[in-house]
Amino acid sequence: MISHDDVRRIADLARLEVTAEEVDAVHGKLAAIFGLIDELAAVDTTGIEPMAHVLDAVLPLREDTVTEPDRHALYQSVAPAVEDGLYLVPRVVE
Amino acid sequence: MAPPDTIAALLQRLDAREVSAVELTRAALDRIAEANGTLNAFVTVDETGALVQAQAADAARAKGTAGPLAGIPIAHKDVLMTAGLPTTCGSRMLANFVAPYDAFVVEGLRRAGTVLVGKTNMDEFAMGSSTESSYFGPVRNPWDPERVPGGSSGGSAAAVAARLVAGATGTDTGGSIRQPAALTGICGLKPTYGLCSRYGLVAFASSLDTPGPFARTAEDCALLLDAMAGHDPRDSTSIDRPKEDYRRSLAGPPADPARPLAGLRIGLPEQYFGDGIDGDVAAAVDGALDALRRLGATTVPVSLPAVRLSIPVYYVIAPAEASSNLSRFDGVRYGHRAAAYDDLGDMYRKSRAEGFGAEVKRRILVGTYVLSHGYYDAYYLKAQQVRRLIAEDFRRALGACDVIAGPTSPTPAFRLGDKSDDPVEMYLNDIFTVAANLTGLPAMSIPCGFTRGGLPVGLQLHADHFGEARLLEVAHRYQQATDWHLRAPPGVGRHG
Repeated sequence: MISHDDVRRIADLARLEVTAEEVDAVHGKLAAIFGLIDELAAVDTTGIEPMAHVLDAVLPLREDTVTEPDRHALYQSVAPAVEDGLYLVPRVVE
Repeated sequence: MAPPDTIAALLQRLDAREVSAVELTRAALDRIAEANGTLNAFVTVDETGALVQAQAADAARAKGTAGPLAGIPIAHKDVLMTAGLPTTCGSRMLANFVAPYDAFVVEGLRRAGTVLVGKTNMDEFAMGSSTESSYFGPVRNPWDPERVPGGSSGGSAAAVAARLVAGATGTDTGGSIRQPAALTGICGLKPTYGLCSRYGLVAFASSLDTPGPFARTAEDCALLLDAMAGHDPRDSTSIDRPKEDYRRSLAGPPADPARPLAGLRIGLPEQYFGDGIDGDVAAAVDGALDALRRLGATTVPVSLPAVRLSIPVYYVIAPAEASSNLSRFDGVRYGHRAAAYDDLGDMYRKSRAEGFGAEVKRRILVGTYVLSHGYYDAYYLKAQQVRRLIAEDFRRALGACDVIAGPTSPTPAFRLGDKSDDPVEMYLNDIFTVAANLTGLPAMSIPCGFTRGGLPVGLQLHADHFGEARLLEVAHRYQQATDWHLRAPPGVGRHG
């Protein structure tokens, strides 16, 4: 059963702020969802191959060649902060 | 029998020069302006762009170079990238995002000559069954504005049901095309996984996400699908196979006009006709099965014992994939960035906490948990194994029949607010729809009657992989013999 500590741990892994006041409410909803999911534990799946692709198709490989033109100006036009073609983030090395 | 405002009928009128693309587009824009205040079906309306496209469609028609859908106004779900237009996914995270390119299906429909009038509202990142979780407010059902249109493609469904446009795109990850189609009384088709490229579809759960069409008739769905299907090397799961002509497969009279579905075997899974189904929904579906038998089909019992596990399997796999896909929203390259933060980690946490709504956060957290160290085998791998059991059930059933039928949704449209506080209750709406995503099978919802309260009911049909032509044919023959698909919501007249 998922605990309050689990909620804090996965929120950290998911880089998602869950405030101290929110933990209890989030935990309640997640516990209900896991109540639904936990039905799976009772199913005997011995020897069943996990299904990763619905057609059991093998993904194709393409030639390792450049297919895209340089569109960085367009792509960076929607970024929160850029300078000289670089994405700006808070300083990570002091 | 066809009303004057289906895509097929509008194309005839365009061909006969009875109406121009500009006139059709202006009429659609007028209807949207009038109805959207109530329905909230559109989050973006591109009046200027639509009229430019309409003029181009008229010019192409005059020159004889027009595509097969030239001049037909349509709408795209706001999870599909549309170059130069906002693509918000119903989220604060992307509220100011303008797509730099077109999705594959958007490109295909543009090439066919459709006129893009706007983008439709949706549950945030397509996670929901009621279109109440949109950052831009809920969509309302044209049949009763106090009720939801279903979701997550509720804006597209409401737009087609209210006759604002004759066709629209949606995406279906667990029922997000079929369930809203059922709840708004229109047709919605989820194609086989891999038939329509996911390129430019903002990813929710990549092994389940499927673009598909909404329209009022099966024939119109075929017209849209013809422009949406096709191989695309930019999506590694797009299947390379010969292109079909879905529209042509519906043309012409059947061999036996009195019994057009003679020889068709319809499988009825006992699991789709049990407890928990609204009585009026069950009665309407039974009526549709009687009508299909009168058209020559036979019904056979089939069993899908593992299908009861579809919801738990889905709510492991979909959140797992979502938690991975949505990690790209970090406030660096695009999307919302918090105004104040301490350091890079804090910027990620705050940007994501502010940008995502409650249901999206829940799914990211569930997905992170099931993929985390020590839990992967118990949840994710287990779900992938049960997924195969479900797929094997369908394979066995489809060996004994040609299509599988049942209700699309266990209930008709529910009231706004009824389920929005209880995620598990909301998830159970998808009980009949998620299996098609888990198995990759094509499935379609078509209108098949009404409750005593006047709410539409949908019949769901599944076929084997790449059986879209068969689904469309069954639906088309049914619609030639019935008129449920012609009924319009109260106050919605015939337009065009």
